Amino acid sequence: MKKGYGTKSLEELPLTAISFMTTEGNETGEWRSQRPVLDSEKCNRCGLCWMYCPDQAIRTRENSYWISYEYCKGCGICATECPKGAILLVVEER
Amino acid sequence: MKKVISGNQAVSYAVLSAKPQVIAAYPITPQSAIVEMLATFCATGDLHAKFINVESEHSAMAACIAASVTGARTFTATSSQGLALMHELLHYASGLRLPIVMANVNRALASPFNLKADLSDSLSQRDTGWLQFYCESGQEVFDTIIQAFRISEELLLPVMVNLEGFILSHTYEAVEIPEQKEIERFLPSPPPRECLDVEHPSMFGSTTDLYINFRYKMHQAMEKAETVCQDVDDQFQRTLGRGYGLVQSYECDDADIILLAAGTIASSCRVVADRFAKKGVKVGVLRIRLFRPLPKGPICHALKNTPKIAVIDRDFSPGCGGILAQEVKAIFHNENRKVPIYEFIAGLGGRDVTDEDIERIIEQTLEAKEPGEITWTGLLK
Repeated sequence: MKKGYGTKSLEELPLTAISFMTTEGNETGEWRSQRPVLDSEKCNRCGLCWMYCPDQAIRTRENSYWISYEYCKGCGICATECPKGAILLVVEER
Repeated sequence: MKKVISGNQAVSYAVLSAKPQVIAAYPITPQSAIVEMLATFCATGDLHAKFINVESEHSAMAACIAASVTGARTFTATSSQGLALMHELLHYASGLRLPIVMANVNRALASPFNLKADLSDSLSQRDTGWLQFYCESGQEVFDTIIQAFRISEELLLPVMVNLEGFILSHTYEAVEIPEQKEIERFLPSPPPRECLDVEHPSMFGSTTDLYINFRYKMHQAMEKAETVCQDVDDQFQRTLGRGYGLVQSYECDDADIILLAAGTIASSCRVVADRFAKKGVKVGVLRIRLFRPLPKGPICHALKNTPKIAVIDRDFSPGCGGILAQEVKAIFHNENRKVPIYEFIAGLGGRDVTDEDIERIIEQTLEAKEPGEITWTGLLK
């Protein structure tokens, strides 16, 4: 159930907001004003970005990393922590 | 059985009778005796409740909220700075529609530091969505705690029961403690409600743009609260033989002046009113027992004929004045009849409000042609 109760009437609403989804359904990518872009050529697969990301938006696949833009809020911590300068923050354009 | 006990003990015995399943509380003067006694009841096995020791009042309320979300009957007690520290979570408790009962022993807020009675601590929490009762005797404290569980479980809103520090909390009085069977007839186990279920995990109070709708539902419950509180009090009267009403009116019909107060000041007001009656001056006393929601109907009814009202506030909102006075004025704003309301601030930080103080308040109100500025009683010369 995303963000509440759809078309339910006031009467049908429960007394308090109860959500049966996990926060997995709460996609926060839209919050982003800056977009981290990963240069896989420069990446040495140290995993610091994966470790520091507060939103678990850095994902792993076959010994490499990728960024989940569904959840990335664009905080830039990964770009700051990357010792190789492999993550660049660019202005998000929508 | 009648016991000679303090106001704090009256709270603890009432909680023992109500059989909560979880208590989380942090000690603070002048409330500590409540928590000590409840911890002892839990330790000796007299009360089968989980007693959660916490590191602060903020955590106490957080623990109560978590417990209540699982469906447990939950209690806590605090005072003054402790209540202030809970502030953020008071909103959570009411917003989650949890029937938590709390005793608050009214004490002045720092600074300067003062441990004695002052209603500003709880009155400054009036917008947190908790019902608020103000008591006048040890017996009323006991009875109101029992009523509070019924009320909160019916409305699904938290209830705060207030008693003045030392004046009530540490005064020993004879208190009738009903048989457990009688209490359980009035207060059965909590009715089922929507709770946290580990088989079907869910999040309570999750982010939603429907916020205003949930707030409206709280408003609806508060609108209903006056009737529910009166019904519960009536049932209490029928089952256990004592009732208090939402406000207590004393000689208010045809009074020349009505004194309005909450808590123990009302007792002194009645004594002084009797003295004035002998001199031929009719002084009525209206005690506010339920403050949130404020019972507008009963207050207007009691004050309907009086030419003058003197509100005595043992509380103070800087830049505004007495909080009771402000609320009573708001009630009359939309009434056809305008009654002059004289405002008095008295007894802050536990200063005694003496018979002489009340006599002066009555005389000043009778003499004055119209309400002037707020009068502070008991200041240094």
